Amino acid sequence: MGISTEKTSPAPPAGNAAGSVTRFGDRVFSGMTRGSGILLLTIMAAIAVFLTVRAVSAISQDHANFLTTFEWNANANPPVFGIAVLLYGTLVSSVIAMLIAVPVAVGIALFMTHYAPRKLGTPLAYIVDLLAAVPSIVYGLWGALFLVPHMEGLTSWLDHYLGWTVIFDQTNVGTAPRNLFTVSILLAIMILPIITNVSREVIRQVPQAHEEAALALGATRWEVIRVAVLPFARSGIISASMLGLGRALGETMAVATVLSSSDVLSAHLLDPGGGTFAANIASHFGEATKLGRDALIASGLVLFVITLLVNGAARVIIARRKEYSGANA
Amino acid sequence: MKLQRKNRLRALSLGAVAVSGALALTACGSDNNNDGASSTSSASAKAAGSVKCDNAKGNLLASGSTAQQNAMGQWSKDFMGACSGVQINYKGVGSGAGIQEFLQGNTAFAGSDSALKPEEITQSKKVCSGGQAIDLPMVGGPIAIIYNLDGVDNLTLDAPTLAKIFDSKIKKWNDPAIAKLNPGVKLPDLAIQAYHRTEDSGTTDNFTKYLKAAAPSDWKYSGGKSWQAKGGQSAQGSSGVAAGVKQTNGAIGYDELSYATSNKLQMAQLNTGAAQPVALTTDSASKAIAAAKIVGTNGDLSLQLDYATKADGAWPIVLVTYEIVCDKGNKADTLPTTKAFLNYISSEDAQSKLADQSYAPLPTEIATKVRSAISNIS
Repeated sequence: MGISTEKTSPAPPAGNAAGSVTRFGDRVFSGMTRGSGILLLTIMAAIAVFLTVRAVSAISQDHANFLTTFEWNANANPPVFGIAVLLYGTLVSSVIAMLIAVPVAVGIALFMTHYAPRKLGTPLAYIVDLLAAVPSIVYGLWGALFLVPHMEGLTSWLDHYLGWTVIFDQTNVGTAPRNLFTVSILLAIMILPIITNVSREVIRQVPQAHEEAALALGATRWEVIRVAVLPFARSGIISASMLGLGRALGETMAVATVLSSSDVLSAHLLDPGGGTFAANIASHFGEATKLGRDALIASGLVLFVITLLVNGAARVIIARRKEYSGANA
Repeated sequence: MKLQRKNRLRALSLGAVAVSGALALTACGSDNNNDGASSTSSASAKAAGSVKCDNAKGNLLASGSTAQQNAMGQWSKDFMGACSGVQINYKGVGSGAGIQEFLQGNTAFAGSDSALKPEEITQSKKVCSGGQAIDLPMVGGPIAIIYNLDGVDNLTLDAPTLAKIFDSKIKKWNDPAIAKLNPGVKLPDLAIQAYHRTEDSGTTDNFTKYLKAAAPSDWKYSGGKSWQAKGGQSAQGSSGVAAGVKQTNGAIGYDELSYATSNKLQMAQLNTGAAQPVALTTDSASKAIAAAKIVGTNGDLSLQLDYATKADGAWPIVLVTYEIVCDKGNKADTLPTTKAFLNYISSEDAQSKLADQSYAPLPTEIATKVRSAISNIS
């Protein structure tokens, strides 16, 4: 911001020796902060214990291999359920969503900070923020009623010209594209705002001196971004992307509404089929028996672990590059 | 910085309010799909005369099947209009969840698309002190075979053909098996896209039971609320299937009649082996329910539908939704209201209104048994 509109704060009360005196208020405050931290850990531990207990009881009654089975018939007799399709669908749709969303989000963030005039940058930031305010079910309805019919052209184009890649081979031409690829595009739109926002804040942190030095050496605007901005902001952008990935992994209603789910694990991204953890839970929870619910919780535990791993990986990356990072310090 | 954040928050909250407002509106709209008030005000005025309030008072909570939600909504409105100081609250949470809430003692009765399992009856003895839960059939839900095929207004199918279509064995509309059933109809060379439900549902359960009963050699799956066949397209909820079929040329699906009529979808006729192919109406669905056998014992009235019926003018693909309630040992404070409300909804007057909402009324013989079972509830 250019001009600060804040009033100057009143002078601190006299006799406030820095840090040597602990007051009652300080003790209360530090106790409260510590309490919040402990509370959070306790809640997470409680969730983990609950999920594990229910999951173990379900997996012990599973008449198939929980990790390699395709179908999900937890209410059947005998119960047969497995997460192979869900794991594949979740990872594939999230990864493709990341491949689409991250470059676009970084591009938007750079445009807002380095290219757009101030008058345009600020409204653009609001608009991107508004994308985050749309409930996921609305994305789902929009996806099912608008995006799917409008994806038909792109789908047949990909099938026609890139069909040889197997990935973009539509085996049953003419089917409505309610497939993992369409879901990925929808997820990409949904995770765009969070990646854009965090990246923008990180890029803002780049020291002015670096950019000015680069300019002084005769760098063009793009070169400034390449040599000064992106290296500095890299870890922040990575952690922003991981936040987005966490969202994509856990997205429920939008996927359940758009995807034509089935117990098929196929490399053909344009064929309807597949499934994700969260969408599977949403579609089976309403009519599940007790074992059915426990089985869904077991699948939720796997998602929980994947998300933990993703966040852990992001932490490691950021910690390794701490000295460069202006954000997350 | 500070100023900007404030503005952004304001914009965000405005956007959120606008969007969630819109969502609330669409949510109401998508669930309740009887166009306009099909039951006119004069009808509800007449209803006020036929409702017996019998000491009904206070709040009555019930939950369960979404298939009967529209019927319940209309009935509760009529009942509350006639009896002052009564609140009937039926939440459509799905049959499984409804039974769960009832067994935990949170609701006075549950609505379900399928009868109680033996272990659920055993569990129910905890909530019904001295009694157990019974199934009372209440609403017939006809299941339509909806399709979307340009230029084909009349389509006749039979069970084996349907089974092969939904099992991806018949892939084209101009397949000889379909052509044989539709002499003189020009069928296009177009891929069939068979839509089924993504989530577990009573509609799937009853549709697959029909396929299994009427075409056992072509439908090898064990059945149940989850869709088991591979292939085809799946969509979330009755409205999702209707929307999917509507937007895809060459699609076929199964859905409750009310969704077929409100979305103005084409409906196939069935060749059941009767003299004439049967078209779906609320009457032809009621005829099929009349052929059902009562298989419940100890006052339980759960029905076994005859899906393979060849009776003239009977549409065999129907689901029956039950109200599940304690035969004895109902909570003292909700008993009078429960009894009065169930009495009303099983009455001839309430049942006759079902057809307006594309439900099938109970056949007389079954309705009489249901009424006498309700009068014995204590």
